[in-house]
Parts: sequence; C-alpha cells; structure tokens
Amino acid sequence: MSSKVIQAMYTDDDVLMSAVKKVRQENHHIEEVYTPFPVHGLDKAMGLAPTRLAITAFMYGCVGLAVATTMMYYIMIVDWPQNIGGKPSFSFIENMPAFVPIMFEMTVFFAAHLMVITFYMRSKLWPFKEAENPDPRTTDDHFLMEVAVHGGNEEELTALLLATGATEIKVTDKKH
Amino acid sequence: MYTFSNRLRLFAIISMILGGILVGVSFATTPGSVEEMKAHEAAHGHGGHGEEASHDDGKTAHHDDHKTDAHATNDHHGETSHDDAHASEGHHDAGAGHHNSAKHDEHKLTQLQNKPWAAIYIAAFFFMMISLGVLAFYAIQRAAQAGWSPVLFRVMEGITAYIIPGTISIIILLVLCMPSLHLNHLFHWMDPKLVDPDSEIFDTLTYGKKAWLNVPWFLIRAVIYSAIWVAYRQLSRKFSLRQDDADDNSNFKKNFRLAAIFLVLFLISESMMSWDWIMSFDHHWFSTLFGWYVFASMFVSGITVIALVTIYLKSKGLLPYVNDSHLHDLAKFMFGVSIFWTYLWFSQFMLIWYSNIPEEVTYFVTRIEDYNLPFFGMIALNLIFPLLILMNSDFKRLNWIIVIAGTVILFGHYIDVFNMVMPATVGPNWSLGMPEIGGILFFLGLFIFVVFTALTKAPLLAKRNPFIEESKQFHY
Repeated sequence: MSSKVIQAMYTDDDVLMSAVKKVRQENHHIEEVYTPFPVHGLDKAMGLAPTRLAITAFMYGCVGLAVATTMMYYIMIVDWPQNIGGKPSFSFIENMPAFVPIMFEMTVFFAAHLMVITFYMRSKLWPFKEAENPDPRTTDDHFLMEVAVHGGNEEELTALLLATGATEIKVTDKKH
Repeated sequence: MYTFSNRLRLFAIISMILGGILVGVSFATTPGSVEEMKAHEAAHGHGGHGEEASHDDGKTAHHDDHKTDAHATNDHHGETSHDDAHASEGHHDAGAGHHNSAKHDEHKLTQLQNKPWAAIYIAAFFFMMISLGVLAFYAIQRAAQAGWSPVLFRVMEGITAYIIPGTISIIILLVLCMPSLHLNHLFHWMDPKLVDPDSEIFDTLTYGKKAWLNVPWFLIRAVIYSAIWVAYRQLSRKFSLRQDDADDNSNFKKNFRLAAIFLVLFLISESMMSWDWIMSFDHHWFSTLFGWYVFASMFVSGITVIALVTIYLKSKGLLPYVNDSHLHDLAKFMFGVSIFWTYLWFSQFMLIWYSNIPEEVTYFVTRIEDYNLPFFGMIALNLIFPLLILMNSDFKRLNWIIVIAGTVILFGHYIDVFNMVMPATVGPNWSLGMPEIGGILFFLGLFIFVVFTALTKAPLLAKRNPFIEESKQFHY
C-alpha cells in the first residue's frame, strides 16, 4: 500500500471550497485540508460528520450537577446538620435555594472543563506536541488540500487539482 | 397579502362569546352577601366548593402545626413573618380577623367577589403583556439592525396591533377598580379609609406611599405608559409601511432612531408599570428587580407568540422566505429568555428566602402556603421543560417541537401572572375555573381577532428594508 499523498496549495478560500466539491464529485478521498482560519461550510463540503462535543458537554453538566447535589446533601444535611443562622437543615429540599448557586456553578464548571479536555484529547492537542503542519504558509494565507494517491492515478489527479485552481502541486510521502 | 381565514375569525368570535358567557356566569354566581356565601357552601356540602374550602382549612391547619415544629428552631423572624402574612392577608384587621369569625367571613366574601375581577385582570394583562413583549423585541431588532429578522417584521407589527385594545382594556379595568364604584377590592390601597388617620383601619405603611399610590396619579400614569407604547407602535408601523414605497432609506433611519428612543422610555415605563399594575396588589411589599422580572416574563411570551404566529402563517404557505433558521433563532430566544426569566425569579425568591426579613418574606409565605403547586409548578413549565426540549439544535428547527414548547411556556407565564395577582386579591380561594378560563378565552379571541386583522392590512414581506435581502438569505 503506497502512502503517497498529493498536496495542492490554494490561495483563496472560495477556490478551495469549489475545489473540495469538485474533488469529492470525482470520488477522490480528501485526506485533510489545512487552512489558516475556519472556512465556513468547509466541513459540510468535505462531508465530515457533525461533532458530538455538545452531547458530551450535556452529560458532563449532569455529572457536575450530581456531584454538587450529593456533596452538599452529604455535608450539610446528613453528616453534620448544624443550625447555621436559622437555615433549615432538616432535609435537602428545605435548604435547597442556598445550594443552587453552587449546583449551577458546578454544572457549568464540569460541562465546560471536561468538554475542553475532551476536545484536546479528540483533537490530539497537548503541550510539546509536534506540529503536523505540512507547509508553514498554511498558517498564514495559504490553503492546502491533501488527496491520497492510489496506484497510477497520480497524473490524472494532478491534472484535476490544477484544473480546480491549485497554485502548487506536491507529491510526498504521507507523514501522519 | 394575507386574508383572515373565516375559520380562524369564527374561532376568535366564538372564543370571545364563550369567554364572555363564562365570565358573566361567574359574576352571576358570585355571592353578594355573607348569608349567600354560607348558603352556597352549605348547599354544596361536601362536594365542589365545600371540599375545596375544607381542603384549604386543612392546609392552613397543617401549616399552623408545621409552624410550631419547624419555626420553633427558627429565630423570631419566622414567627413574625408568618403572623404578618395573615395580617396583611386579613385586610388590615390587625390580626384579630383570624379568630373573629364574622370578620373572617366578610374577608372571605371579599376575596370571592374579587375572583372574577382578578381572573379578567390577569387575562387582560397577560395578552397586553405579550404584545408589549413583542413590541420591545421589535424595537430591539430595529435598534440592533438585526439582519435575520426583517422578514418577521410584519408578523411582529401584526401582533403589536393588540397593544391598543390591550392597554385600553387594562385602563378600563383600572378605572373599574376605583373604590368609588364599589365593584371590587382588587387594589386594596385604593380604599380611602386606609389613608385616613381617623379611621380604625388606618394603615401607616399605605399612608407613607400615598404620594405615589393614589388613584388620580395612578390612572394618569397608566395613560402615560400606554401612550408611549401605542405612539411608538403606530409611528413605527407608519414608517415601516412608508418604507415599502419610498425612494430612499429615510423612513428606515427614522424607525431606527425611534426604536432607540423607545427602548429607553420602554424600560422606564415598563418598570413603573410593573410596580403599578402588578406589585401594588401587594402594597406592603416591594422588590427592586420586579420590573425586570415582569419584563422577562413578557419578553419570553412575546417571542413565543411570534414563533407560533410565524409557524401558523408559514403552514398556510404565506411566508415562503421564512426558513427553519429563522425559527431556530426564535427558538433560541425562547430558550435563552426562559432561562433569563428563571434567573430573575430565583434571584428574587432566593434573596428574600435567605434573609427572611418579615416585611419582604410574607410575599413568598402566602404563595408557598396557598399556591404551592402553581408557584413551584411554574418552574417545571417555564424552565425545566423548555430547557430540556429546546437545548437540542435540531429540535429548534422542528415546528411541532416549537409549538409544544411554546404552548407550555405561554401556559407557564399565564400561571406566573396568576401567581403575582391572585394571592393578594383572592388569597387561598383560588382555582382555575370558570372565570379564569372565561377570561383567557375572551382575551384570546380578541387577541386573535385584532392580530390577524392587522396582518391583513399590509403585505407580509417588508419590501424596501435595507436588510430584507440578507434576512431572506439567512441561514444558520
């Protein structure tokens, strides 16, 4: 199995978008697209599945709510139900309004932080990670599309990519 | 152009007539004297109202027991507040009325007589509030130069047409509440005996507030608020229609400036309106964020009604340029403002619950004791249900989800107004019966009639709005 890819460089996001659509129409598999900024609608054009990050955040929020509720129920009602300034500590519900700010903040805290960590893990981002950038210009003003090469379609693919408006074409071994 | 469908017009008229009949019957069955009330209670012995009454007694008794248990560990504020609740509820009979059965009967009779009036007032206020909320939303869209909403402007203008009959009906009701007419005791502070130092029911607290709470100034204020809202609505509508045939954007710019001015005046007038028309029912009680709280309630109801009317018109094929992204945005507003409402509800409740100061806490003591289900059920209707159902981005694009969520939100905010008005006017004698349903039906019919008539008066798409093209292409 060859692991060669064609890297086509573009200088305009509109050209890139139409190129992505064209390449997908021709049934070529786009390995990756590198852009210096989010290109609106690129994920849809590439046919990427929608993110499930929001669903994880909802579940993390539920965990946070459960943690806050259990913690305060145990500490304030079960373990040592003191009379603090006349607040009723007989049952959780009687003293609940006082717990709501903490319940809310914990829900937000868990949802936000765990979702961010999930994002880092799923995107494989961490400190000292080696950058995977094939060309430094893609962080500035160039867009790069990587298309896998299968067997002898290299020339045909190059022609197609040039026709879509690519400014540079490079065939390299796939690194990542 | 939209034509008022005959079926909807018929529905509106039937709703008004049926509502009028129900309200009329409930006025006719209201006891006129203590004897009549007693006879009525005896006749219905252990069924219907009798059961309800005994149920209430049971509840109060239970709470009295509870008071000795729970409040015993509490400090003295708890006790005082509890007594204070009964005193203010007992129409300033200095606490004696609680044990004095003649006074107690008279007190109950007053509350029963207030009931149909309060029911009409709540329904009138609720529908006026919806159209006022839409007016505020509309002005915000204009002032913010929103690019997504201009395709909905005509729908909003249609709904705000109700502001005229809405404020008029409220003013008529306020006039009918004047004590000189002897019709009801909704606004108890209006009773001249309370501010008369020689009277036996002289009330120092009310006396201290009489510079603000006096009938002429109260009615003048009501007219001023209404005039501000109606004037903005009429002018904005005029400029909006003129913009359709204009050669330049001068009308659009006028509308922009007008919206900015209106929003300043609106926030002031709305806040004062909420003190006058809602908070003064509990004239011994005060809360600083009350204006915002009422605003959040009207804002979310207004946005919900925009969404519902839009869905209705779209289902008739009349709004081809409105896509599911517009509905998604409206649903997002419904979701966000529902949370905002809850934030204010909780902020008001929790601060007062936490500090438990007698003069403030009576408000919630009466509500938790006598209105437990509506008071807390409101949270399920206005927060939990919309929160869970409208959180999903895909759900916000589905018409039937928005309709269900919208119906629940509207019912929840009706209950919200109910909770603000009823405890001070009818006390524990509340129910969701004939007068309440009649009031809702009557004003619902009027609302539908006025709104959909206004919708027939202009094309449903604003033509020369500078943002209309962006709005038509809007997608999220």
